[in-house]
Amino acid sequence: MPPIADFDQMSCPTPRRQHERVLLGHGSGGKLSADLIQRVFLKELGNDVLSSLEDSATLALGSLEPAVDDARSGPRIAFTTDSFVVKPLFFPGGDIGKLAVFGTVNDLAVVGATPLYLSAAFILEEGFEIELLRRIVISMRHACDQAGVTLVTGDTKVVDRGKGDEVFITTTGIGLHAANHALSIRNARPGDQIIVSGTIGDHGMTIMSTREGIEFETALQSDTAPLNDLTRAMLDACPSIRVMRDPTRGGVSSTLNELATASNVGILLDEASIPVRPEVHSACEMLGLDPMYVANEGKLIVVVAEQDCQSLMKVMKQHPLGRDAAVIGNVTADHAGMVVMRTLVGGQRVVTMLAGEQLPRIC
Amino acid sequence: MKFQAEYRDLVAAKKLQRAIGEIVTQPWTIMEVCGGQTHTIVRYGIDELLPDEVELVHGPGCPVCVTPLELIDKAIEIASCDDVIFCSFGDMLRVPGSRHDLFEIKASGGDVRIVYSPLDCLKVAEQNPDRTVVFFAVGFETTAPANAMAVWQAKKRRIDNFAVLVSHVLVPPAMESILSSPNHRVQGFLGAGHVCSVMGYEDYEPLATRYQVPIVVTGFEPVDLLEGIYRCVRMLEQGKIGVDNQYARAVKREGSRVAQGLIKEVFEVTDRKWRGIGTIPHSGFRLRSEYERFDAEQRFAVGDVQVRESSKCISGMVLQGIHKPHECPAFGKECTPEHPLGATMVSSEGACAAYYNYGRLLESHQPSCSSTLAGKPAIVPLPTD
Repeated sequence: MPPIADFDQMSCPTPRRQHERVLLGHGSGGKLSADLIQRVFLKELGNDVLSSLEDSATLALGSLEPAVDDARSGPRIAFTTDSFVVKPLFFPGGDIGKLAVFGTVNDLAVVGATPLYLSAAFILEEGFEIELLRRIVISMRHACDQAGVTLVTGDTKVVDRGKGDEVFITTTGIGLHAANHALSIRNARPGDQIIVSGTIGDHGMTIMSTREGIEFETALQSDTAPLNDLTRAMLDACPSIRVMRDPTRGGVSSTLNELATASNVGILLDEASIPVRPEVHSACEMLGLDPMYVANEGKLIVVVAEQDCQSLMKVMKQHPLGRDAAVIGNVTADHAGMVVMRTLVGGQRVVTMLAGEQLPRIC
Repeated sequence: MKFQAEYRDLVAAKKLQRAIGEIVTQPWTIMEVCGGQTHTIVRYGIDELLPDEVELVHGPGCPVCVTPLELIDKAIEIASCDDVIFCSFGDMLRVPGSRHDLFEIKASGGDVRIVYSPLDCLKVAEQNPDRTVVFFAVGFETTAPANAMAVWQAKKRRIDNFAVLVSHVLVPPAMESILSSPNHRVQGFLGAGHVCSVMGYEDYEPLATRYQVPIVVTGFEPVDLLEGIYRCVRMLEQGKIGVDNQYARAVKREGSRVAQGLIKEVFEVTDRKWRGIGTIPHSGFRLRSEYERFDAEQRFAVGDVQVRESSKCISGMVLQGIHKPHECPAFGKECTPEHPLGATMVSSEGACAAYYNYGRLLESHQPSCSSTLAGKPAIVPLPTD
């Protein structure tokens, strides 16, 4: 018989709560990102507009005042900025240039604005091939044409070789709000339905499998796409849509957790209803990842009143970018601030926000 | 996916749920040893599908949880060296050492990389002949063959700038340690299917006989687990002891002789310390003398790293099924998923984190309920319409 384990010696790790340096996880879209925003940026720069943490700021023209009051009359603009640091620069279904245009267009579109103008700032690494840069810029031109926006200003900086990672792009966008709707992450109400506009995890798994050099029988493809045509059709048909978000970094789970917290509601999801491409599902299984936490670049999460849900679904399904739309759950007054999923086998689990990067498990 | 959809099938799960309910006549406590099974139980809400009489306790089978603090500190010290490329499976990077974790070392300029296979490290070593590539060889018997293969290949191909930091642990000694404890509550085990696919289950038969328990070797899909639980409850109800194999599609009694041969070629059994439990004799692997030049502990002279751990949390007791997470005085107070004091609260699959979240859910349905939960969190069913 072996010696009995010495329970007096039992102990446990004490994970670090505060980090002295920026970690990759601070850019994951999960809890670490939220902590960094709260503890550093909002602490020093917070104001009514910035602290609302919408995908775009909404500002009133002419008054020089933020349009924090939804009842404010007069033209309102949406204003947003986003940086793009993707590796590889070119991937199945897109490239960093396309992403830089569509990402900012989508941040404007999901607050209900019509995207109009973009700026683009390039940080280039010494030694980066001009021909590759040209390819990226041409892709941006096509993307602007596709989204119906004009790139009107820009900037270029070059850093020493080894001090950058080939190319970083920051785009800023301006759009114009229609007067008849006021979307906000705080608007979800118990009884509302939650719709996703299509399959989840396509972009993130494409990037990850390309990085890892893993090939699948069916080629993975990023879903990078401009959502403004779809959102316009949706808002024309259903001006009472409460919330729209594009679930990029951190995936659907992070977006829904943000939504549950901001609206102080619970969310119930039905796992069987969540659309996932077989090839994405397989890649996630192989790499030990959960598609709920994987990035998307051409998808919407929509919250809508139950009575408007079916008519909105009809409009979405008629659009190429909403063909695979599905109702994946509903908003509830129970378990405020939490996302709960009814699983494939009839159990339940709490869907939390990831702390940092999603990491493949050992076994 | 073949061999997957049928094991995540609602109808099959409901059928097994009913079957378990029909045969159970008294309370039983069953431990799933493997962290992968715990992950599935939490991810699919398996424990809620069980009758009140069947209680699952989560075992010490998470390699992230049981890797001792001094090994993490050694990894951090090695990864901090300028001429080292430190490679690891992903989920070890967030585990805290005494002062830092591997992510912080990466942020401070250390070359820390996530790999999916130890064999990838050999390519990295060949591409970087002027640097030493160190792989953090962590895990149970499941990961040992691939790690052994990497060392064996390194020797054969004379890739001398490759080394492994070994922290391999073995399941049967841990089960025996739990069963030897006078406080243990475990009446039956779900055996770790992937471990048994390598090692077989011959070693479990004397264990079952000696301690008079049923052990059901079980797979990792939700229907696998429900069937494993059904078989284990059936054995308990019938008073049977011994080993049953639910995971026959992947596990043979003798396991994989090829994999075992490779492990024996490279590794030998040694005493190992388990985080949260302590030292268990003959419970791990170390490199054989013929391969010791690939031992990162010797190469980097970090063998005498000493640490002092906090003794505030009872994760060790939780990992052995002696206490439930909510029985810890720090649970839900000083210790939450945002501010974890123990490994079992770090990840959403950890027993403490799962209980914390279920507790929040339970309280949201029953505002008057206190923070002390019942023995098993009871979740209010979701509307099905």
